[in-house]
Amino acid sequence: MRTAVGTVPPQSRPRKLVKFWRDGDQITHLVTLIFAASVFLVTVFLVYELWIHSGPSRAKFGFRFLTGKTWDPVAEDFGALPFIYGTVLTSFLGLLISIPLGVGAAIFLSELAPPQLSNACTFLVELLAAVPSVIFGLLAIFTLVPLMRQYIEPFLKGALGVLPLFQGPAYGVGYLTAGLVLAVMTFPFIISISREALLAVPREQREAALALGATKWESTWQVVVPYARLGILGSIFLALARALGETMAVTMVIGNDTGIHTSLLSPGYTIAAIIANEFTEATGDIYLSSLVELGLVLFALTMVLNGAAQLLIVATTGKGSKQP
Amino acid sequence: MGRVARRNIVNNVMLTVTALCTVVTVSVLFLILGYLVVNGWRSIDFSFFTKLPLSPGEAGGGIANAIVGSGVLILIAAAIGIPAGFLGGVYLAEFGGKTVPTLIRYTADLLNGVPSIVIGIFAWTVIVVPMHHFSAWAGGFALSLMMIPIGLRATEQFLRGVPNSLREGSLALGASKTRTIFSVVVPAARQGIMTGMILGVARVAGETAPLLFTRPRSRIRAGCAHRAVWQAGGSPPAVRFATRPG
Repeated sequence: MRTAVGTVPPQSRPRKLVKFWRDGDQITHLVTLIFAASVFLVTVFLVYELWIHSGPSRAKFGFRFLTGKTWDPVAEDFGALPFIYGTVLTSFLGLLISIPLGVGAAIFLSELAPPQLSNACTFLVELLAAVPSVIFGLLAIFTLVPLMRQYIEPFLKGALGVLPLFQGPAYGVGYLTAGLVLAVMTFPFIISISREALLAVPREQREAALALGATKWESTWQVVVPYARLGILGSIFLALARALGETMAVTMVIGNDTGIHTSLLSPGYTIAAIIANEFTEATGDIYLSSLVELGLVLFALTMVLNGAAQLLIVATTGKGSKQP
Repeated sequence: MGRVARRNIVNNVMLTVTALCTVVTVSVLFLILGYLVVNGWRSIDFSFFTKLPLSPGEAGGGIANAIVGSGVLILIAAAIGIPAGFLGGVYLAEFGGKTVPTLIRYTADLLNGVPSIVIGIFAWTVIVVPMHHFSAWAGGFALSLMMIPIGLRATEQFLRGVPNSLREGSLALGASKTRTIFSVVVPAARQGIMTGMILGVARVAGETAPLLFTRPRSRIRAGCAHRAVWQAGGSPPAVRFATRPG
């Protein structure tokens, strides 16, 4: 409102109008506001659409949908538990592997490596974050699955076969393979965001710890890492959200079995995988709306995690979320 | 063994472990890149890009339909996603008070984190269902939704990086705010904004999941590259069935 309404004499009203249109500030404001607001509206609309289209399923199953163990399209009896279980288990396995390795690498890249090496590695790691997930899946089928079937899974059965976690035949596909693929796919997130959080720790913190006689590792582990803990946690949350929603790569290696199995070697299913596999061939309203409700469950899961991650990242770096 | 010696050993061991972590993670990622280049190189020649795929079992053929399909989808997505992301970003950086931009920023980050398969369902409910058939529009719409938050945040970030003295100089010369934004501030941030947009395009260019429910599945009509990869990957019979030509 720079047209200074109060100072314009009444007789120059047409001129004011001309100036308004020539400046177009209000118009620009309005147009950009509409586009910015579209992001908000689309997100609300997305939730609304998922809610409406999952209506028949919600009406028929209610909360039983979340705890049901059967997925029987013929009898139209649907329960989401095997998929929720598979999604949570594969994401957990993936993060179990990628958190220690990723955070370790971030510590090395921020504290020990020479800056050129660190920047070069981070640049390439971030570049690899852009590799399409279907490529990860394809590579896993050609390389990781045969490897798992012939060497790794027989070895695990031999060494740890007494545990219920490592029993049953070695198919090559299953929870463990999916977890490994997710671990590789979440490396770039954890490494680049954790490294940034570690680099944001003030130099004085390290110097103070070293001056008190701490070794390099002690200063890093007891001073620098706790200082950057929120940023590291944020990177883990983002990786988790990514792992939960990962579709193509997981669908290709999970094995597509609608049961719930304790053994990590057995095939399973995830929410995203069953939507990808069955959505286009779903017959009947209940079947389709059950799949949409699975999408709603997945959305709710990732939304909560993402919200927590954003808050954590804002709290540490004050820069808003980073998007690798 | 003295305390100092023990601490030094712990120091060395742990620092070596972090170095090992780096070697493991970075080398896995590099193996992936290397595998793709080495194995993909052999089947790449000119006709691979210009021919249509033949039926499975026949030698030869190409991915022309897939490349055309990807191109069309990316064009549609960019035509919607880039202007929307750019103008929204201008609002966040140049206009706006406190509450509205915070809300929009937060939802943009949420939308950026929504699983792509859920976006696919959304595009299916709002475009495929009313139109009664799959279309490039639905696929492009789904991809543009994934692009908007990236473009929005990139534009905002780089516009905020422009020093205020530039804005004040322009306003002091009598330019309107609109003029200031589009003739002074945006050109100053041009490079960063373009990088952000390219990143957005790159992200959706490799997306697969949202296209499963939205794209036509024809080998003669344009398919798309990701679907081609997906079908080639020994997908389970159910999916083969789902992705049959039609």
